[in-house]
Amino acid sequence: MEQTVKLAMPERSQEQAARKAAEEKAGMEKKFDIKKLNLFYGAFQALIDVDMEIYANRVTALIGPSGCGKSTFLRTLNRMNDLIEGIRIEGSIQFDGQEIYDRSYDLITLRKKVGMVFQKPNPFPKSIYENIVYGPRIHGEKDKTKLDAIVERTLKEVALWDEVKDRLDRSATGLSGGQQQRLCIARCLAVEPEVVLMDEPTSALDPVATSKIEGLLEQLSEKYTIVIVTHNMQQAGRVSDYTSFFLSGKVIETDLTEKIFSNPSNKKTEDYITGRFG
Amino acid sequence: MSGVNTDRLKRKKSAANGVFYGVIGLLAALTLACLIIIIGFILVRGLGNINWEFLSQEPRRMGREGGIFSVIVGTIWVTLVSIVIATPIGIASAIYFTEYSKEGRLVKIIRFFTEVLAGIPSIIFGLFGFAFFVVFLGMGWSVISGGLTLSMMILPTLTRATEESLKTVPMSYREGSLSLGATKWQTIVKVVLPCCRPGILTGLILGIGRAIGETAAIMLTVGGSLRLPSSLFDSTRTMAVHLYMLASEGLSEEKTYATAALLIIIVLIINTAANLIGKKLGTL
Amino acid sequence: MKTYEKVIEKMILLCAVAATLSVALITVFIFQSGLPVMADYGVFDFIAGTTWKPTNGQYGIFPLIAGTLSVTLGALAIGIPTGIACAVFLAEILPPKPARLFKSAIELLAGIPSVVYGFFGLVVLVPAIRNYILPVFQIFDPDITTTGFSILAGAVILAIMILPTIVSMSENAIAAVPAEYKEASLALGANKRETITKVLIPAAKSGIISSVILGMGRAIGETMAVLLITGNMAVIPGSVLDSVATLTGTIAMEMSYASPTHQQALFAVGIVLFVIIMLLNLTAQLTVKRLGGEGK
Repeated sequence: MEQTVKLAMPERSQEQAARKAAEEKAGMEKKFDIKKLNLFYGAFQALIDVDMEIYANRVTALIGPSGCGKSTFLRTLNRMNDLIEGIRIEGSIQFDGQEIYDRSYDLITLRKKVGMVFQKPNPFPKSIYENIVYGPRIHGEKDKTKLDAIVERTLKEVALWDEVKDRLDRSATGLSGGQQQRLCIARCLAVEPEVVLMDEPTSALDPVATSKIEGLLEQLSEKYTIVIVTHNMQQAGRVSDYTSFFLSGKVIETDLTEKIFSNPSNKKTEDYITGRFG
Repeated sequence: MSGVNTDRLKRKKSAANGVFYGVIGLLAALTLACLIIIIGFILVRGLGNINWEFLSQEPRRMGREGGIFSVIVGTIWVTLVSIVIATPIGIASAIYFTEYSKEGRLVKIIRFFTEVLAGIPSIIFGLFGFAFFVVFLGMGWSVISGGLTLSMMILPTLTRATEESLKTVPMSYREGSLSLGATKWQTIVKVVLPCCRPGILTGLILGIGRAIGETAAIMLTVGGSLRLPSSLFDSTRTMAVHLYMLASEGLSEEKTYATAALLIIIVLIINTAANLIGKKLGTL
Repeated sequence: MKTYEKVIEKMILLCAVAATLSVALITVFIFQSGLPVMADYGVFDFIAGTTWKPTNGQYGIFPLIAGTLSVTLGALAIGIPTGIACAVFLAEILPPKPARLFKSAIELLAGIPSVVYGFFGLVVLVPAIRNYILPVFQIFDPDITTTGFSILAGAVILAIMILPTIVSMSENAIAAVPAEYKEASLALGANKRETITKVLIPAAKSGIISSVILGMGRAIGETMAVLLITGNMAVIPGSVLDSVATLTGTIAMEMSYASPTHQQALFAVGIVLFVIIMLLNLTAQLTVKRLGGEGK
C-alpha cells in the first residue's frame, strides 16, 4: 500500500510562506551555481553530473543515505577536497558568478567567504577568545577593540555570549560538546563569510544541544547563506528552505523543502522520505 | 575585515611564506649536507687505506704501522659478551612487560627505571664499570668488565625493540594456543616469540651498533692493550677506542682515517640492515 | 608443570628488575666513590670553586660546569631551530616517499659513533675555525686568538649529534596533532604556513619542548666528541673561540692517570653530572604530562 507521508512541519510565519511563493517565480540571487559536477577519487566516481543552485539567505539541506556523496559535494564548495590526494573534479562550480576551480581564483578569499562547520566540533586547543580571533587575525585584523567587538558579536550570534563572557581566556576544550560546536560556528562567523557550510553539525551532539543549534539556523539565514548536510530527515524538514536529495553520487531531486517532504516528484525521493530504505 | 587592504595583505603573506619555506628548506638542506659531508669525507680519505693488511695484521709501533687485527678481535669479543648478556635479559624484560604484568604501580616503576637507564651518559657507565667491575669485583681492565658494563648500556635498546615487537602480535594467537591447552610459557616460546624474530633481530642489530660505537665506557673498563686478547680477563682495545687513541695522539693519519672509515662502513651496514628488516616488518 | 611455570615467571620478573637494579647499583657506586672527597672538600667549594688543578689538590669544578654549559647552549642555539625546521619539513612539507628517505638520513646521523664525530671535528672543523673563522673575529677584536679547539667547534658538532633526538620527537609531536585542527584552520582561510606556525606547532608544544630537554641531556652527557675538539682547558671562557673543558671530557681524560684522591674527585664530578642529567630527564617527563596538549 502506498502512502505519501506528510511529515509534521513546524509552523512558519505567513510572511515566510508568502516570500517562498514569490521566490519561485522571481529570479533569486544565486550564491552557487553548479553544473555537471563530476568528482573522482582515483577510479571511483563519487559525484555524477550534479546540477544545483544554492540561493542566497536560504538554508539548503542536503539529505541522502550514508556514502551518497553529500559531504563530498559540500566540500567542493569551499575546495576542502583539494586536500585529498588523487582527486579529480570536472564541471562548473560558480560562486557569485565566478568559477572557483579556476587557477586564477583566490583560494584564501573563497575560504573566507565560504566558511565551514565540521561534524565533530574542533576548537583549537587555545582559549575561547583566541579561537574566535584566529580567523580575523589571519585576514589582517590587528586592532584589539575591533577584535573584542568581533568576539562579542559572534558569540551573541550563536547565543553563547552569556555563558562564556566571563571566561573568554579559558581553554575552549573545557566547554561541552554543544558549546564547542557553537564556538566553532562563532569562529566561522568571525571572518564575515557569506556562506556557511555545515557538515552534519549536530550528529555528534545530544538532543538539547542539537535543538539549540537548529534554533540558530533560522536567524543565521537572515544574514548568511547556509548549506547543511544532514542524515537526519526530520532535521532537514525542520530547518531548511530547500532540500536536495542525493543518492549514489547523483542529485535525484532539489526543491522547496515543503514540496520534497509532502509531494516529491521523484519516486526514489519518496521512498527515502518514507523510510523504505536508507 | 572591511578596510583591510587585501592586496597588501596578500603580498605580506607571500613574503612571509617565502621566508618561512626558504629558511626551512635551507636548514633541512644543511642537515643533509652535514650527513653527506661527514660520511663522504671520512670514506674518501679512509677507504683507500683499508686493505687486507690493515684488517689482518697486528698493530706495530702503537698503531703507527701494521693493521688493526687485534683491535677488531677485541671489538668482537667485547661486543659479543655484551650481546650474550643483554639479549636474554632484554627479551625476558620485554616478555614480563607485555605478557606477565598488569599495568600497576610496580610495572610503572620498573618501566620508569628502564627509561632512566637509557638516559644515563656513557661516561657515568664508565665510572660505574670501573668502580664496580674493575675494582670492587676485582675483574681488572678486561673484556668481561667492559662487556658487562656495555650490556647494561644496551639493555634498554633490546628491551624496547622486543617489547614493540611483542605488542604487534595479535591477542588471538595467544588465545588460540591457550585454548588448546598450552601453558603460558609454551605459548610465549612456541607462538608469540617466533613472530617477533624480525623485531628482536632489529633490536640486536641496533644494540650491536651502539656497542661498537661506544668509547668512553670502554676506555675506563677495558683498558687499551694492543695485544691479542686470549681470555675474558685480558685487557684489549676496541675500534672506537683505537680511533680515539690514534686521533688524539696523531700517530698516523692514514690509519686513523682507515679506522674511522671502517667504523662508518659498519654503521652503514647496521643501519641498512635495520631498515631492511623494518621494511619487511612494515614498521617503516 | 605448574612449578616450572612459576619458576619461569619468577626468573622473568628478575630480568625485568635488572634495569632497576642496575640504576640502583650505579647510583650507589658513583655516590659512594665520589661523596667522601666532595664532603671533605666542601660541596660549595667543589661546585663553585673556579680552579680545577687536581695535581695541586684544587677541585673547583665551576670552570668545567661553565665549559659544559657553554658548549651545550651553543649546541641548542644551533640545534633547536634546525631541529624544528627539519621536523616541520618532515611532517608537513615532504611527500611520503622522500620523507621516509629524509627520516632514514636523520637516523643515520644518530648511528654515527661519537668518536667519529669527534674525529671529523678534529680534522675539519678545528682547522676551519682557526683558518677561516678567526680572521672574521679578528676584524672586531685584533687580539683574539684561537687554536680552533673551541666552544664553537664543540657546539657545532654537538648540534649535529642532538639533531636526531630533537627532529624525531618533534616530528612525532607535530604528526600527532589531530587533523581536525588543520582542517579548521584551512577552512577559515589560513594558508599552510599560518596553519603550521599558529596551530600545529603550538599544539605540539609539549612534545617539542621535551625533545629539546632530552637533546640538552644528550649534549651535556656527550664525552668523546667534546674531548677531541674543545681543547680541555679548565678555564672560564670569554668567547666562543676559547678552549674549555667539560665535565664529561675531564673525567674521561684524567681518569687514566689520576691519583686515588684525584680519581675520587672525578667520581664527584660524575655525581654532579648524574644529578644534572636525572633532573633534566625528570623535567622532560613532567613537561609532557603538564603541557600535554591542552594548553592555550
